[in-house]
Amino acid sequence: MKMFNEELEKQLKEIFAALKGDVTIALFTEPGCATGEETTGLMEEIAALSPKIRLVRYDRTVDAAKAAEYHVERVPAIVLIDSSGAYRGIKFYGIPAGHEINSFIPALLEVSGAESEVPAEFAARVAAIRRPVDIKVFVTLSCPHCPGAVQKAHKLALMNSNVQAEMIEASTFEELSRSFNVSAVPQIVIDGKTTLLGDQPMQAILEAIEAEAS
Amino acid sequence: MNLDLSFHLDAGLGSKPALDPDALHDVLVVGAGPAGLNAAMYAARKGLDVAVLGKRKGGQVLDTSAVDNYLGLDGVDGEGLAERFLKHLSKYSVPVLDGAEVVDVFSQGPVHSVVLSTGESYRARALIVATGSTPRRLGIPGEDRFAGKGVGYCAICDGPLFAGKDVFVAGGGNSAVQAALDLAQMSRAVTVVHRSRLRADQVLVDRLLSHSRIAVLLGTRIVEVTGQAAMDGLVVEDAATGARRALPGDGLFVEIGHLPNVGPFAKRLVLSEHGEIVADARGATSVPGIFAAGDVTDFPYKQIVIAVGSGATAALSANEYIARTAF
Repeated sequence: MKMFNEELEKQLKEIFAALKGDVTIALFTEPGCATGEETTGLMEEIAALSPKIRLVRYDRTVDAAKAAEYHVERVPAIVLIDSSGAYRGIKFYGIPAGHEINSFIPALLEVSGAESEVPAEFAARVAAIRRPVDIKVFVTLSCPHCPGAVQKAHKLALMNSNVQAEMIEASTFEELSRSFNVSAVPQIVIDGKTTLLGDQPMQAILEAIEAEAS
Repeated sequence: MNLDLSFHLDAGLGSKPALDPDALHDVLVVGAGPAGLNAAMYAARKGLDVAVLGKRKGGQVLDTSAVDNYLGLDGVDGEGLAERFLKHLSKYSVPVLDGAEVVDVFSQGPVHSVVLSTGESYRARALIVATGSTPRRLGIPGEDRFAGKGVGYCAICDGPLFAGKDVFVAGGGNSAVQAALDLAQMSRAVTVVHRSRLRADQVLVDRLLSHSRIAVLLGTRIVEVTGQAAMDGLVVEDAATGARRALPGDGLFVEIGHLPNVGPFAKRLVLSEHGEIVADARGATSVPGIFAAGDVTDFPYKQIVIAVGSGATAALSANEYIARTAF
């Protein structure tokens, strides 16, 4: 079933006019993956809206090498690849539908090179992160504050290749969510240890990363 | 599966100020909920140079599913209503800064300045404070410890995480009843616990009482949230007899009203005994040139339609004030 109606398609086409370079959506699924079909459908619809967006489908087991390259740990997974073929450290686990479309679209634009600016002092602090950092943002699709949290975590990853950030749709990955005791979203988990609740300012996420290192 | 399109391209750092920090604006509206947005529209229509500084575009309305009591917009959801407000305001090219938190306010003569958490400051002839309110907490043992581990404050956000589980809702007003009805769509059982009587609208109460998966415990106080790694239940007390008992359950949504977000305005403005900004019938506060609207004020009844109306009042008052004041 199509997710986009005509009006939404028109709106998205206008938004995608701002795509700077090409973006590849690398979509990982596997046979029997419960939400894989829906996610594939949504990605196909999105890719059809701009010649700059390319969709490449992978099977997690068959394409194990690719999955390892992008650190794909579960499916469905969406990895965004920039025009130079580089993995930028940002992923979506589970379908970015509902409210999460609002973190997915900015991610496409950012990876295409249409990057949002940040203050220089803040950028310098992000650039100073020298150790690998993993940010998980647990969301539900009915949560209006969640895309903001995902977008901020992704932005940090885009700014520093030591940082990886992923959206995790909590209902799809129930067991993982349970292991992190997720009962409220957005929940931001840094390196599996530090937990921030709510759509925190980017400064707060960065401060939590800095606090961990010290 | 649906898609709710409404996103912001900058990641909330406010890196591209749409506002000139050197300009002296006519009106700055602090808060981007129904009161603030309507104040901005009314000010713009009077030809004033106005901008909105908001923490979250749309405000608290975003956290509610169904808004059934806004005249003329039967069946609209909270987000849909916020989108309509923003779309209407966008006709007037009013800059709306999102993710903007005001941390300080000061005045030099008749000119008021606000300082954001990011450091920028902006000046205006009049301020309209429409900063709304934040959910009130129960303030009982276990509430903080299990926040995000069973205790929640946004039923539409966290509801899917309680599919097939047993949840409680604390409170007896419209928000509590609406949260219970939302949660009942996915949860196994929902129990509304309230210390006195339900004060929600009768239409909502009727739906609540006729729902097969919702139970209602009145005259009951929640005294503790219990659990180990996550919440596993509540201890409740019968308000009449004082008898306590444990109730097992996986989640608790707290919907017991709100606290006004007075922030830095607390030190400048006269507040009510409930900590709300005291404003007169025209929205004027204790400081000339600073007006207030919506849930942050001491106006009775925290309703969207009332907040919207008070926004209009504050903007019209600000307009008159600017016209008769020498700057």
